Amino acid sequence: MLSITDLSVSYGAISALSGISFSINQGSIVTLIGGNGAGKTTTLRTISGLLRPKAGRIEFLGEDITKLAAHKIVARSLCHVPEGRMIFSNLTVDENLSMGAYLQRDPELIAKNRDYVFSIFPRLKERVKQMAGTLSGGEQQMLAIGRALMSNPKFLMLDEPSLGIAPRLISTIFEKIVEINQKQGITILLVEQNANLALEVSQQAYVLETGRIVMQGESKQLRTDPQLKATYLGG
Amino acid sequence: MSEFLQQLLNGLSLGAIYALIALGYTMVYGVLRFINFAHSDVFMVGAFIGYYMGKLVPEGTLWGGLAVLGVAMIGCALLGMTIERLAYRRLRSAPTLNVLITAIGVSLLLEYTGQVFFGAAPRNFPAIFPVRNFQIGGVIIGSNQLIVIAVSVVLMIVLQLIVYRTRIGTAMRAVSLNPKAAVLMGVNNDVVISFTFGLGSALAAAGGILYALNYPSIDPLMGVMPGLKAFVAAILGGIGNIPGAALGGLILGTVETFVSGSQWSTYKDAIAFAILIIILLFRPAGLLGRFTVEKV
Ligand SMILES: Nc1ncnc2c1ncn2[C@@H]1O[C@H](COP(=O)(O)OP(=O)(O)O)[C@@H](O)[C@H]1O
Ligand SMILES: [Mg+2]
Repeated sequence: MLSITDLSVSYGAISALSGISFSINQGSIVTLIGGNGAGKTTTLRTISGLLRPKAGRIEFLGEDITKLAAHKIVARSLCHVPEGRMIFSNLTVDENLSMGAYLQRDPELIAKNRDYVFSIFPRLKERVKQMAGTLSGGEQQMLAIGRALMSNPKFLMLDEPSLGIAPRLISTIFEKIVEINQKQGITILLVEQNANLALEVSQQAYVLETGRIVMQGESKQLRTDPQLKATYLGG
Repeated sequence: MSEFLQQLLNGLSLGAIYALIALGYTMVYGVLRFINFAHSDVFMVGAFIGYYMGKLVPEGTLWGGLAVLGVAMIGCALLGMTIERLAYRRLRSAPTLNVLITAIGVSLLLEYTGQVFFGAAPRNFPAIFPVRNFQIGGVIIGSNQLIVIAVSVVLMIVLQLIVYRTRIGTAMRAVSLNPKAAVLMGVNNDVVISFTFGLGSALAAAGGILYALNYPSIDPLMGVMPGLKAFVAAILGGIGNIPGAALGGLILGTVETFVSGSQWSTYKDAIAFAILIIILLFRPAGLLGRFTVEKV
């Protein structure tokens, strides 16, 4: 579905990604794990077109999207839920969802997607008229995911959905992520620092370290890998 | 009492014009975080389009006046969008100072190009709308004042509907809150920014025509003073805040009118700047603005 070849990205003179390659099959949950500053966010931002790579190629559904403008990439049903959620704080929950459906023209499909978002995150339904900035961190993350679902994506990229969220909401959100993948058939690329959690819900994993992929494989196997355990899984 | 009401009416109709101009400053600031100093000259061009169009329609008719208003608004919307496209777009990621200097450059360009084409001497603005005075109690209400108030109220309601009820309006608010997140929703920020310039410039054109109706001597530098005052109005209301710009305009127009009718009338232009200094000292976010932490 998505394939990345020799992707290099830098911020000015600072190199953030040095030639990473990986690919993602339709229908799976793939995770990209790694410590702070490893280049995970940079990877997602480059795929969604917010950053331009120095070299390399990004293919989505068999087409080259490397040079496509970010707003045109969303139109190809690839949606990015950014780090820190980036909800529109002074818009209502409802308006945030409408912004998610910005490119959708079919009112029936929009209504159906909205119902689906409310069915997985009933809290959002209770707060439709509330300003999004007044939601708790966990609710904002639900809104960010819900907003992305409104764009009717085939492929969803989530950047650290567990960041800064109350532990009891983290498990709810991860359950829903799995549900979205299984019930809606949406392929997911999940970026996490919480490697335990990410390896639990995903099938494939890539480990990123200072801009390079240093390990990859089935999540099941990586979970028991002694080296990975020592570095990322808390011993 | 009737003197007070008279001044209040005069103040509110001047304030409504400041409000129309201030809306353009504040909307552009909302999406681009810079002050478009050329905005006051778009106001001037609006008045001149009105001047030339006014010769093509019979004087003193409502439909003629409205037609002139409409053409000036469309003309200035196109001008504003052209300025954004040619001068500002390539500076999107440039430091603020570069953009400000460019804005001042565009402003001077319009003013002195105006002097080349229109001449520097003031011209008499035609009475494009019917003129009548009504007397209610001791208060004289000029038909031009009524037109100012009616047109401003209608335009502000339309603006409110666009900003809060339409897809592009919601996108405008989204872009001003978080441009990157808006892009991730599939918003083409260039289109939204261009639309914002068009909308703000159309309001400035309306302001220019309404101003010229009440102060019917127009020249290429006529935008400078009202532009500065509208800018202060936008700051007073809270820059980036749309209802704030309307409120700031009304307050400023009213205060200025009362000052000019008092023994301190020589300070009528200074009062705007006194207000600016006071607001910057005590409430820099403006009356309706809030301090927001700039997102990284
Ligand atoms: N806007 C930026 N400007 C300069 N350097 C940046 C910027 N964003 C990230 N970096 C650098 O790029 C590297 C990768 O960052 P990032 O992709 O955010 O990592 P992660 O998401 O894995 O924590 C880091 O060294 C970081 O300091
Ligand atoms: Mg990150």
